[in-house]
Amino acid sequence: MINTGEIDNHSVDSTSSFKKRLLRSLQNNWKSVVVFIPYFWLLLFFLAPFFIVLKISLAEPAIASPPYQPMTLWVDDGIVQIKLVFENFVYLWEDDLYFNTYINSIKISSISTLLCLLIGYPMAYAIVRASHTYKHILLMLIILPFWTSFLLRVYAWMGLLADQGTINNVLIFFGIIDDPVRLLYTPFAVYVGIVYTYLPFMILPLYANMEKLDGALREAAADLGARPAATFLTVTLPLTIPGIVAGSLLVFIPATGEFVIPDLLGGGNVLMIGRLLYNEFTANHDWPVASAVAIVLLIVLVLPMMLYQYVQGKEVEG
Amino acid sequence: MRDSGKRSRFLITVTCFGMAFLYIPMILLIIYSFNYSKLVPVWGGFSVRWYGVLFESEDVWNAVGLSLKIALVNASFATLLGTLAGLALVRFGNFKGRTLFSGMISAPLVMPEVITGLSLLLLFIFLGDLIGWPEKRGFTTITIAHITFSMAYVAVIIQSRLAGMSQDLEEAAQDLGAKPFRVMTDITMPLIAPGMLAGWLLSFTLSLDDLIIATFVSGPGATTMPMLIYSRVRLGLRPDINALATIIIVTVAIGVLLAGWIMFRQQKRRELELAMSGD
Amino acid sequence: MSHQANLVDRPWMDSDAQPFIKVQSVSKHFGDFTAVDSVDLEIYKGELFSLLGGSGCGKTTLLRMLAGFETPSSGSIYIDGVDMTNVPPYERPVNMMFQSYALFPHMTVEKNVAYGLQRDGIEKSEITRRVDEMLAMVELTQFAKRKPHQLSGGQKQRVALARSLVKQPKVLLLDEPLAALDKRLRENTQFELMNIQDKLGVTFIVVTHDQEEAMTLSTRIAMMDAGRFMQVGTPTEIYEFPESRLVANFIGSANMFEGRVTEHGQDHMVVECKQPECEFYADHGSAIQEGSKVWAAVRPEKIRISGTPPESAAPNQMKGIIDDIGYLGKLSTYRVRVGDNTLIEITASNQSRPRDGSLVHDWEDEIYLSWDASSVVVLTK
Repeated sequence: MINTGEIDNHSVDSTSSFKKRLLRSLQNNWKSVVVFIPYFWLLLFFLAPFFIVLKISLAEPAIASPPYQPMTLWVDDGIVQIKLVFENFVYLWEDDLYFNTYINSIKISSISTLLCLLIGYPMAYAIVRASHTYKHILLMLIILPFWTSFLLRVYAWMGLLADQGTINNVLIFFGIIDDPVRLLYTPFAVYVGIVYTYLPFMILPLYANMEKLDGALREAAADLGARPAATFLTVTLPLTIPGIVAGSLLVFIPATGEFVIPDLLGGGNVLMIGRLLYNEFTANHDWPVASAVAIVLLIVLVLPMMLYQYVQGKEVEG
Repeated sequence: MRDSGKRSRFLITVTCFGMAFLYIPMILLIIYSFNYSKLVPVWGGFSVRWYGVLFESEDVWNAVGLSLKIALVNASFATLLGTLAGLALVRFGNFKGRTLFSGMISAPLVMPEVITGLSLLLLFIFLGDLIGWPEKRGFTTITIAHITFSMAYVAVIIQSRLAGMSQDLEEAAQDLGAKPFRVMTDITMPLIAPGMLAGWLLSFTLSLDDLIIATFVSGPGATTMPMLIYSRVRLGLRPDINALATIIIVTVAIGVLLAGWIMFRQQKRRELELAMSGD
Repeated sequence: MSHQANLVDRPWMDSDAQPFIKVQSVSKHFGDFTAVDSVDLEIYKGELFSLLGGSGCGKTTLLRMLAGFETPSSGSIYIDGVDMTNVPPYERPVNMMFQSYALFPHMTVEKNVAYGLQRDGIEKSEITRRVDEMLAMVELTQFAKRKPHQLSGGQKQRVALARSLVKQPKVLLLDEPLAALDKRLRENTQFELMNIQDKLGVTFIVVTHDQEEAMTLSTRIAMMDAGRFMQVGTPTEIYEFPESRLVANFIGSANMFEGRVTEHGQDHMVVECKQPECEFYADHGSAIQEGSKVWAAVRPEKIRISGTPPESAAPNQMKGIIDDIGYLGKLSTYRVRVGDNTLIEITASNQSRPRDGSLVHDWEDEIYLSWDASSVVVLTK
């Protein structure tokens, strides 16, 4: 008989058996654990913030820190009064500036999306049809700018479009113009900037969609008498619609809320809602209005966002 | 099917112009980083002095250091969380709350950054008032914010990779006696590893590049690289920024080319092995 | 003596034998769709049992329920006397060979085969011994360190087989095992499978849509259609004594003639067919009532053709004109037009070898057909 020394065996037993039970329950419910961790994170850091924004958009501004009035007032007899102020939203609706800015943002992002589509579609198509080696090279070339800093690429255009910038220099050098043309801080610059930075976002989903298309379908159409143009319009184009939708949404939705490009390339001259929100927040310290701007922007974009989720879901399942 | 020459010439032309459009600004950026003159687009002779200015700037080093730290932590956590999310969405069937989860995981991909930035800042302030944390905004808050949107990208990559993998392998493992947890660690994880790597790299890049969200949720003393660049650039062109841009572009280019070359070599090796295995 | 031998080889005929696998009133519904419709099945130890049918007939679903990947909507499954209906796949003494082989791409051949044994917690040295033994049995010892993508189709299949057999399961389920192989490989593998099964005494259950495969491999076949069993029996029983037109047409082909029973007794039946005009005399009786509408079926290889007319008019005879000939070397397939416009299929082995290269029977030849009374199968459905 070996004396193992029974010191406090009881408490040691209970902790180790507790650990064992915990481990076993974790193993049995591991699936729930897997879901729970990211779920909790997203609930806390993605969903909850929106409710806070909503709450603040319904508050009154105040010169204080935080710059909005408390929304719950404790009255003597213990009844809680909640002050909901819709003024902010009314203000947005009535002030022409905001209304025009929303419209302008949508207009700019829509046109930019269209331009991206017009340039990106043939490029994606060309890559798909390219020979094996070229395909890899071209894809790499498309992806490389995507991995480079977005901010720096916008900055690059500042250098090109400035009054003493490269484009003007070249034009003057060739005698096409005498004085520099105003390119920077114009709507034109913003369009160029958005198309430039978002082009890969259009090309990649289009490429992914086109790559999966069965080449035999085109051959069958040709065999049945369709000329190349007809084949494209009746077979290829309809089949690439999911890619078009995905790419367009991937450009349109974030572009609407763009901030950097209208700021750096548009100066103060081009109204976009992202910039307005930022100014409202940092310069005016009007958090309630900034929150209201954000909520309205969300409402405007919620349908396209749901459409995107729907299309993405089909792509993953299909 | 051979296209008519006219069609393919059109495609080639568009592609060439498109590529030129994409690359000329960056090339010019690099060229002007070697410009002696302070006025960026006015050529004053070849010089590397702006690189010197860059290296001597303490602000720049601090910002770069902070951005790299954030990016590293972000990439690692985002990959973990995004992989779990992707796994759950593809392999766990229709669990309770799946629709909400699916929506939350795909929304960050398209959400305008001003909205996420604003909402997260408000959250941090609210939490700060409520429970005292976060006391100061900076590294932690930026990292949390970045993880939140990065994990969405990772989840998408993992989902598409899993969807393409038939369930046969996982069923075979079960058939051979592996419990579901074992199946995940032995079979599923190793096979999605390339996707996890791609997700990690993507998260790293997105974090390094983020301006808006960092601006909103950062605090005094915590300036990331994009914040630094932006504050210097909004007032006009600056050649030392050109130098920084060149360094970044060249680093990324080397990375992408290296990755592409490795994948190309792997592909070639596989093709060779397949051809060798006759019966 | 011979009766005893019969029972050992055919346990399903022995009333005392206990089935190794018992499927009791098992159904499987997917929403509105019924994949398997209340089937009953008894499979005995050591059988090579095939589930045969076209796509969508439910055979794969039934197999997956036996493996444990699907749970029956109703009914029970017993394996070796134990109710395994709700037991998950990793706890069943059953292993499956997947149609796609499902070899783990990130593991070597060795590790693939060892995987199942590792899950059972078997000692390392024992695992190595058994893996080596199994690899030797499938003749893949020199490929042990290779990865699946470095193997050919046939080699992959042998790895899959080794992997599922190394655990010495009570039952091996095979999902279309030969579908991905080319013809020559398929023939060799068929015999290999039968040898291995014989040697190891494992009960095999095979799912296939290939009737030739089922016929060659199986001790018994269950023919499935729309979630139900059409007929269960030995290959001979199914081929020579089909119970329905569906079964008769699925395995091989059969010439069907619609007619009425005009006479029936204990040991014979007569079916009169109007179109084409013919009297079928079968040498077996049945409970089918006189006057009922039935089909008389005769297999193509059971019909004799001759250029000379018969001596006298008799049942089981027809006259026709050769419409088409398919010369296949060892046999020829003839399509003969009889009556108004009915086409009959006949296969005959080419027993004679005309010197001048001419055909024994030529297109548009007048031809006389006859068959034995024992070759007539009468079907009511």
